[in-house]
Amino acid sequence: MTRVLLSALTKTYPGAPAPALDRLTLDVPSGELTALLGPSGCGKTTTMKMIAGLLEPTSGDITFDGRSILREKPENRGVVMVFQNYLLFPYMSVADNVGFGLRMRKVPKDQIAARVAEMLALVKLPDLGRRRPSELSGGQQQRVALARALIVQPKVLLLDEPLSNLDAHLRIEMRDLIRGIQKDLGITTIFVTHDQEEAVVLADRVALILNGRLRQYDVPDAFYRRPADAEVAAFFGGKNVLPGVSANGTFDGPLGRLTLPQGALTGPGLLTFRPEAVRIGFAHVNAVQARVAERLYLGTQTRLRLTVGDTAVDAVLSPDLVEGIGPGDEITINLPPGSLWVMEGKR
Amino acid sequence: MNNPSRLSRSMLVLSGAVLIIWLILPLVPMLIWSFARGWRFPDLLPQQWSLQAWEYALSDRSGVIESLGVTVVIAALATALSILVGVPAGRALGLYKFRGKGLVELMILAPVIVPGIAVALGLHSVFIQLGLTNTLAGVVLVHLVPTLPYMTLVMAGIFANYDPAYESQARSLGANAFQTFWHVTLPAIMPGIIVGGLFAFLVSWSQYVLTLLIGGGRVITLPLLLFNFASAGRNDITGAIGIIYILPGILILLFTARHLSGSNGAVGGFGRV
Repeated sequence: MTRVLLSALTKTYPGAPAPALDRLTLDVPSGELTALLGPSGCGKTTTMKMIAGLLEPTSGDITFDGRSILREKPENRGVVMVFQNYLLFPYMSVADNVGFGLRMRKVPKDQIAARVAEMLALVKLPDLGRRRPSELSGGQQQRVALARALIVQPKVLLLDEPLSNLDAHLRIEMRDLIRGIQKDLGITTIFVTHDQEEAVVLADRVALILNGRLRQYDVPDAFYRRPADAEVAAFFGGKNVLPGVSANGTFDGPLGRLTLPQGALTGPGLLTFRPEAVRIGFAHVNAVQARVAERLYLGTQTRLRLTVGDTAVDAVLSPDLVEGIGPGDEITINLPPGSLWVMEGKR
Repeated sequence: MNNPSRLSRSMLVLSGAVLIIWLILPLVPMLIWSFARGWRFPDLLPQQWSLQAWEYALSDRSGVIESLGVTVVIAALATALSILVGVPAGRALGLYKFRGKGLVELMILAPVIVPGIAVALGLHSVFIQLGLTNTLAGVVLVHLVPTLPYMTLVMAGIFANYDPAYESQARSLGANAFQTFWHVTLPAIMPGIIVGGLFAFLVSWSQYVLTLLIGGGRVITLPLLLFNFASAGRNDITGAIGIIYILPGILILLFTARHLSGSNGAVGGFGRV
């Protein structure tokens, strides 16, 4: 159980005009699974490599349980990184790959064999020890890479895009495997990804990094319901962002006067709500007349593009609720106050 | 379907025959000479056979065994030094981009292009000042001039297809710098070290001019001895020494045949020459 604290961590590559990572401060609680989320080139892989000791920070500090690890060599940090392309050593068997870390620590052979068998069982590949990595599928290679990392009982586990090379059904299987093992062993785990879906399905907490700066650090749900600003909302696919003024518990904007939940930000700001929050039908609060511009069938859900005056509103609803509603129809919608969120900023 | 395969078969036989005539046939007279007592034109085979030349060649008087030892030591040291310098140099050329890389590549290739005697004459005056002439150490050093380009280019080819992230992975799993090199880097680049090392060994083995100039007649390698007997007109002894001399080359060729296929990364470096 290790608490990882990054303090004002900065990396500027020689000759680069702007830092790749700019004063990142992040408190990763012990035993939690944390995602560093951001588009490629945002500094998240740089952060991982600095924690692993493969790259030196320009300034700032990294502490494990309050002790700085910057002076420790990578092999002494108790951090294991699992790379995106797994990097299994091609000329070793699967069992030798998994046992690599223990061989480097000069653990007796019979103990290594027992631990390797244990780890292969943990990642549900008990019979593949004698195979070569090239004989395995991508998903199997990733499990071997995970077993190879876990066998040394790291304080901190780093995963680089752990789900992005897998197809849809393998993703769910792998997510359940990673989460299950991580919760069982209680290893503080940090993973990086550019895919917001990967981040929210796997992580306990998500740190969103845009342009080398931390923008929001929160539980996954908060990025949908309480985004810090319009850019964060946009990164999570939030389409409904409307300018206006919040005062006395109401918001005046393109949809008229809407009732806000308690504790909402006051002053000029941006109103946002998820397309899934839109209800059809009249209500005593926040009822709005809208015209249907477009209807899109998405399988389990139906998306309606609505217009209120000149303002577009996106709604996603269950198909049976929108039966008989088509383009050109005038409908009444309502927005439950609890689903509304006001952010700083203006359009 | 039958015709093309028959055609390719006969082409294979034909090219094999050409290869044998080209490479093996010239060795046959040498072998015959080594067992002949007098072999005069126009006889197809010697009138009398004898083991005299071999007896002489393998005796202490000829100095063949001694210079065989000298040649092996020089070639082995030159190979070891080539590996020591060529592996890091090849890594730099194969993995990294840096300013002036083209110039560095050209300089490394230069000894292959510039005639050896020109290089040796220049080096000779430097080696005199350093006291390296007429010494084994001096000969080993001068042999690096032709061996290093081969070693470096082979290793550059290997490293161009090498992912250094494996080393980061090993460090992260708890291997120290030496363990990482020994367990991860070395196995990956071993084919290149074997092929490049054998090239370096053979190149050193066949040096004549450089050995003669820097060794000053004090360091007698097998090719020098061979040339002495050849110019003295002793075809029988020349034949026997010649056979001894080409033996390592044949053994090495047999040993490396499987490393030398076109699909091997170790020979990829030559595509750049």
